[in-house]
Amino acid sequence: MLREPLSLWGGLDPGTGELIDAHHSQRGAQLAGRVLVMPAARGSSSSSSVLAEAARAGNAPAAILIGEPDLILAIGAAVADELYGERIPILVLAPGDLAAIRDGVRVSVAEDGEVTLG
Amino acid sequence: MPVALDDRDRELLSGQAGDGAAFAMRLVVRAAKALGADRLIPITRAHVDSCLDHGQASIDFVRRLVDGDAQVAVPTTLNVGAVDLLHPELWRGDEATATRGRSLMEAYRALGCRPTFTCAPYQLSDVRPALGEQVAWAESNAIAFCNSVIGARTERYGDFIDVACAIAGRVPDAGLHRTDGRRAVLVLRLAADVPGSLRDADVLYPVLGIVLGRRAGSRVAALDGLPPNLGEDRLKSICAAAASSGAVAMFHVVGSTPEAPTLADALQDGEAEMAEIGLAELWAARDALSESRAAAGTPIGAVSLGTPHASLTELAAIADELDGERAAAGVELLVSTGRDVLAAAEAAGIAQRLLDAGTELLVDTCSYLGPILRPSPLPTMTNSAKWAYYAPGNIGARVVFGSLRECVRSAVTGTVWRDAGLWGER
Repeated sequence: MLREPLSLWGGLDPGTGELIDAHHSQRGAQLAGRVLVMPAARGSSSSSSVLAEAARAGNAPAAILIGEPDLILAIGAAVADELYGERIPILVLAPGDLAAIRDGVRVSVAEDGEVTLG
Repeated sequence: MPVALDDRDRELLSGQAGDGAAFAMRLVVRAAKALGADRLIPITRAHVDSCLDHGQASIDFVRRLVDGDAQVAVPTTLNVGAVDLLHPELWRGDEATATRGRSLMEAYRALGCRPTFTCAPYQLSDVRPALGEQVAWAESNAIAFCNSVIGARTERYGDFIDVACAIAGRVPDAGLHRTDGRRAVLVLRLAADVPGSLRDADVLYPVLGIVLGRRAGSRVAALDGLPPNLGEDRLKSICAAAASSGAVAMFHVVGSTPEAPTLADALQDGEAEMAEIGLAELWAARDALSESRAAAGTPIGAVSLGTPHASLTELAAIADELDGERAAAGVELLVSTGRDVLAAAEAAGIAQRLLDAGTELLVDTCSYLGPILRPSPLPTMTNSAKWAYYAPGNIGARVVFGSLRECVRSAVTGTVWRDAGLWGER
């Protein structure tokens, strides 16, 4: 669960999966293999590359649940799929649904995009 | 929603024009779906950011395009890469990383892109789009500048989709490509406690950009009540900062930007949320750009200017501020600019004045992207909010933010020099 928006470029180390943005209150958090929940993306247009490179290195989030659509993340995930067959589902949730998710809870994303908790 | 495709779109998708073009077109269609567009529209130009190395994925991607015989369909400029091809001696990293960075930059030339290698393509008069022109630009500061300052139209394109649009010559008809997507929905005014002298100071604008990005997120905002006809360098610093702290791809400055001669124009005669930005919020945003102990007298190891790439006017201002003085012993003074702007600065004698003062001139890349600055335990001073924002995470730099004059005086004295009274406080 990220409390604030994150730019993956300058924010995620694709080699380790760690959150590295010095201005983010959750610096040091591990994102690899987790379901990343955040209100919105932010910042750099290089974030597509960082997501694809993290996927190649096995350090991408397992899925991204986000409060508003983001083209830059969508394309990063599309290229990860085209180049490496790595699928990172990105789902846009209504603010109420996003707020209902608690840190550490188990999240399942079905093929049709249905999100279930617990 | 299905995306309507014309005959050429389908031809590209089918692979008749090569596997590279088919791959590019698939990405454009996926983008159209992600943006909810029902058709594609033609573009006249593109600016591509994918030439900056982010690892093996960067290479794997471009190789797909090059091996698939793709070529860009419109005049396309390139953003910064990982290395300075003209001054390779400024690289302090390992050779393998430099080689990969260089080969990525070369691969994008092979796709037919022009090797401008600058994050400020808007400074190049021969590639700058016109008001209303539909383009596909990447690089967050350039996107904001393109939409806001030039009034050309681009969505917030990122790596991969930028060159895919350039190859397809098409973009989704969505977002900022459409007039209704460019309407301001938030109006921000400077409060009465912001002194007139600060409104006339360059240093206000990057900090204002940070606040704009935080307040606006991805929304189109209008800044009202600023001095009329703000110069492009000030607008550039707002763009870079707002696209760092937020996802700002467009804003209006009433009285300065082309789609906002009046506030009503920016609002397209609609309604908007109104808010004020007070002096205390500006101070707090400024302070957050520096490490905690950044008081006058703090020793510094370097000064980095030119993020985004310095314009000819900014290079001249740095040379004037130095006024024949040199950076203090042990302080690295580095200025990043584009290779085309450097050529103009050489012709005008400005580059020589900077070199004579001990300045390093970096092109094709930027000092916060890789191992370029001399390693130092001391902080680096910058007048760029974007540099201050990203350098700690990217290269582990300690940062002190200040005005151009503060940066140059600090470089000369070797310790943080503060312009008392600049911010109307203390």
